[in-house]
This record gives sequence, C-alpha cells and structure tokens, in this order.
Amino acid sequence: MSVAKRIIPCLDVDKGRVVKGINFVDIVDAGDPVEIAKKYDKEGADEITFLDITASHEGRDNILGVVEQVANEVFIPLTVGGGVKSFSDVRDLLSAGADKVTINTAAVANPDLINEVTDKIGRQCIVVAVDIKKSKEQYNVFTHGGRNKTQLDAVNWCLECQARGAGEILLTSMDRDGTKEGFDNEILCEISNKLSIPVIASGGAGSLQHLYDAISLGKADAVLAASIFHFGEYSISQAKDFLRDKGVFVR
Amino acid sequence: MKNIAVIDYGMSNLHSVIKSFQKASNKKYKVCVATTNEDLKKASMIVLPGQGAAKSCMQKLTNSFPRLHEHILNKPFFGICLGFQILFEKSYEDNGVDCLSIIKGSVNDFSKQISQDLKVPHMGWNNVEQKKDHIIWSDIPRTSFFYFVHSYYASAESKEDISSTTTYDIDFTSSVIKDNIFACQFHPEKSSKYGLQLISNFITWSESLK
Repeated sequence: MSVAKRIIPCLDVDKGRVVKGINFVDIVDAGDPVEIAKKYDKEGADEITFLDITASHEGRDNILGVVEQVANEVFIPLTVGGGVKSFSDVRDLLSAGADKVTINTAAVANPDLINEVTDKIGRQCIVVAVDIKKSKEQYNVFTHGGRNKTQLDAVNWCLECQARGAGEILLTSMDRDGTKEGFDNEILCEISNKLSIPVIASGGAGSLQHLYDAISLGKADAVLAASIFHFGEYSISQAKDFLRDKGVFVR
Repeated sequence: MKNIAVIDYGMSNLHSVIKSFQKASNKKYKVCVATTNEDLKKASMIVLPGQGAAKSCMQKLTNSFPRLHEHILNKPFFGICLGFQILFEKSYEDNGVDCLSIIKGSVNDFSKQISQDLKVPHMGWNNVEQKKDHIIWSDIPRTSFFYFVHSYYASAESKEDISSTTTYDIDFTSSVIKDNIFACQFHPEKSSKYGLQLISNFITWSESLK
C-alpha cells in the first residue's frame, strides 16, 4: 500500500488577493485567500498551492502575509511558489507557515539552490516546478513563467533536480495549460517512471476523467488543477468520489 | 492562565504546531515556545515537535533541556514526528543514535525494508489504524487519514504501548500511548479536522490526568 493520490487546488495570488474567477456562491469574499483555502480544506483538498503572480516588486511581500494568515487557520500542507529567487526567500516562506516551496526560474539559473535548501532544511520542502513545451525532437524546459525557452531537455532536467535533492517535481505542460484537453500523459508517464520522487501533474485538466488519466496513464502521484475547481464545475469531493469509484487510493 | 509549552530546539517550523494547539484548545491555554528547562517547569503540558536528523536533535535537546526526560515522565506529553521517534531506545539514523528509552523498541530505515517501487520519504496521506480504545481517538473513525513525512519508522516492542499502526509496505507503529505520554509519527497539525480533533482530545485527556 502506498500513500493516497493527492488532489491539489492551485490558487493564483496577486498582491495578496486570489485572482482568476472563483465563483463559490457561499463565499462572501472570493478574493480572500483564507476563505478559499478553508473551503478547499473542508471539501477534502490534500494540499493547497499558492502561486504568487504579483508582477510589481513592491507587492512581493504580500505573499508572506497571505501564507501566515492561511497557516493560522488551515491545517493541511501549504505549498507556495512564484518569484522565489534565493535561499532566504525559501526560508522566509517556510517561517511564515509554508510546508513546501516551489522554485522554477531560480532552479534553472542556479541549480545549487536545490542542494542548498535540501542540505539545510530537508528535501521534503523543495518542489521544483518544471514548465515544458514540446518541440520536434524533445520537450524543452521554459523559465520566467513560460516566456524564456531554454535548451534543457525535460527528462534530463527532472533527473538532475532529483539528483540535487528536490523533494517533488511539479510538471506543467505549457501545450496543454488552459486547454482543458487533459494532461500530457505521455511525457508525464515517461518522467514519473524515471524518477523516484513524486511527480505532480499540472496543465490541461478539464474533466474528472482527465484527473484519473493523469494518475492511471501518466503515473502521477498528485494532480494540480485550478480552473475546474475555481469555476465550480466540480468540487474536490466530487473528484475524490470519482477517483475512488475507479479504484484509486484517495483520502 | 495555564500554558502548553512547545519545545523549540531550532530544528523545526513551529508555526503550524503552535497555531493548531491554539485552535484546538479553544484559547483556554496559552501556547508558549519553550527554550529552557524553566519554561518546561511552568508548563501544564509539553509538546515536542521535530524534523530533521535524530542525532543532532538528541544533542540539542540534551544540551538545552538537561531534565527533559524527567519532565516527559511527569507531565502530559505530546510528541510529533522526530519528537515521537526519540522516545524509543535507539534510532538507526546516522549510524545509530541512543534515544530516551521511554518506549521499548527502535527506529529503522524504510529504504532497507520496503519495496523499491515505494518512495522514501513516506510523504503524504496514509491510513492510521487505531489499536486502542482511548479518549485520544474520540470522534475519529477507527481508520482515518493523517499526514506523514518521514524516512525512518518506529517499531514498538510492547503491544501495550501501541496506539495505532500504519502500513507502508510494512506495518509500523504510527503512534504510542503510555502513562501520560502520547506521541505520533504523523503530523496532526497538518492533518485537517481529525488532526485538530486529536489535539483537542489530548488536551481533554491531559486535564483528566494527575
């Protein structure tokens, strides 16, 4: 028996407020991260991920306040990412109450950061977010929120992250992100099979079947989704029921 | 106001532990950070969280809290994760570390025991099977999910001490209960409503001790 497959809702936070349409009828303030996190916890979310998309430098500190407020009220694992550049950024987020921090661009620019966090704090707190896009011959890794293409090959990069001590990989298919056509299970499966650390699937979920496919075909340990939960199409408990009926071990 | 002392020896993030005890105690207790023996002396209950390696944990604890052993035996005590493992006789982490020997048994390496397909650390939600009828499990279903993060697992020798077990390829001791001590491998402070319920049950149980 393994651990339960996780369902992770992801919330985009801008200047301390949750953005992107959230239309829960029973939430008075849909932009309040604490209210939304509470709602997801109640529905059975296994973890919550906050992605700080604040563009301005001045707004950056808001995320620490958000993490602290949420951690005061919601008692499930919290993962936070977006704009994390240095070891001190990681440490500040963990001190504010985050359990895990995701790094993306900074990991590519300075891969030693992965080793540093692992050595000083432990591998369970570091998640490397890997944004990938298919080209003719390989999947390339992208940084800066998908704006910059690198020559890194997705599979090799994930293996390197693992060797350096990453605790998990959050794999986002840029080709599928926002399409609602399902995860890219081919590359997901290849990477999951090659790694011994958990792989979280992200990008493309449009239905509950897609979540199931990522687990069964893509061999994902967890699925991260935003819009299918935020727009009220499905609740997390519906997703859990669906997976459980298909024989997936879920909480 | 009575207080709950959360031991700080610089090895773990105390934020969620403190907040979860505050929440579960319904503000009836002051939840304080303890850094000295004096702090423990004043406490009504002691909580020992922990992450990281057993060896440096034992070293730091013995340096900062020379009378910790005595306090654990005499006050309601709640150990979490590493704070659970160090109650055993020996941990096989870092080539072997002598621990507090309050619970008979040892702490062993998962990677030497379980199938290659399973990942170490054992991280995520897994089932906790209760082995005892006890107030600590009030209002928590007999088999419930709790959140784990660990690479070493405990095996208690005496069935009497085992409060729950969990399966990760092998069965291991996921919590113990003995006299005034409750300790668990999983993180109640990250285990949603049943985690909070467990903490609240511990407080109720503590009040009945003495």
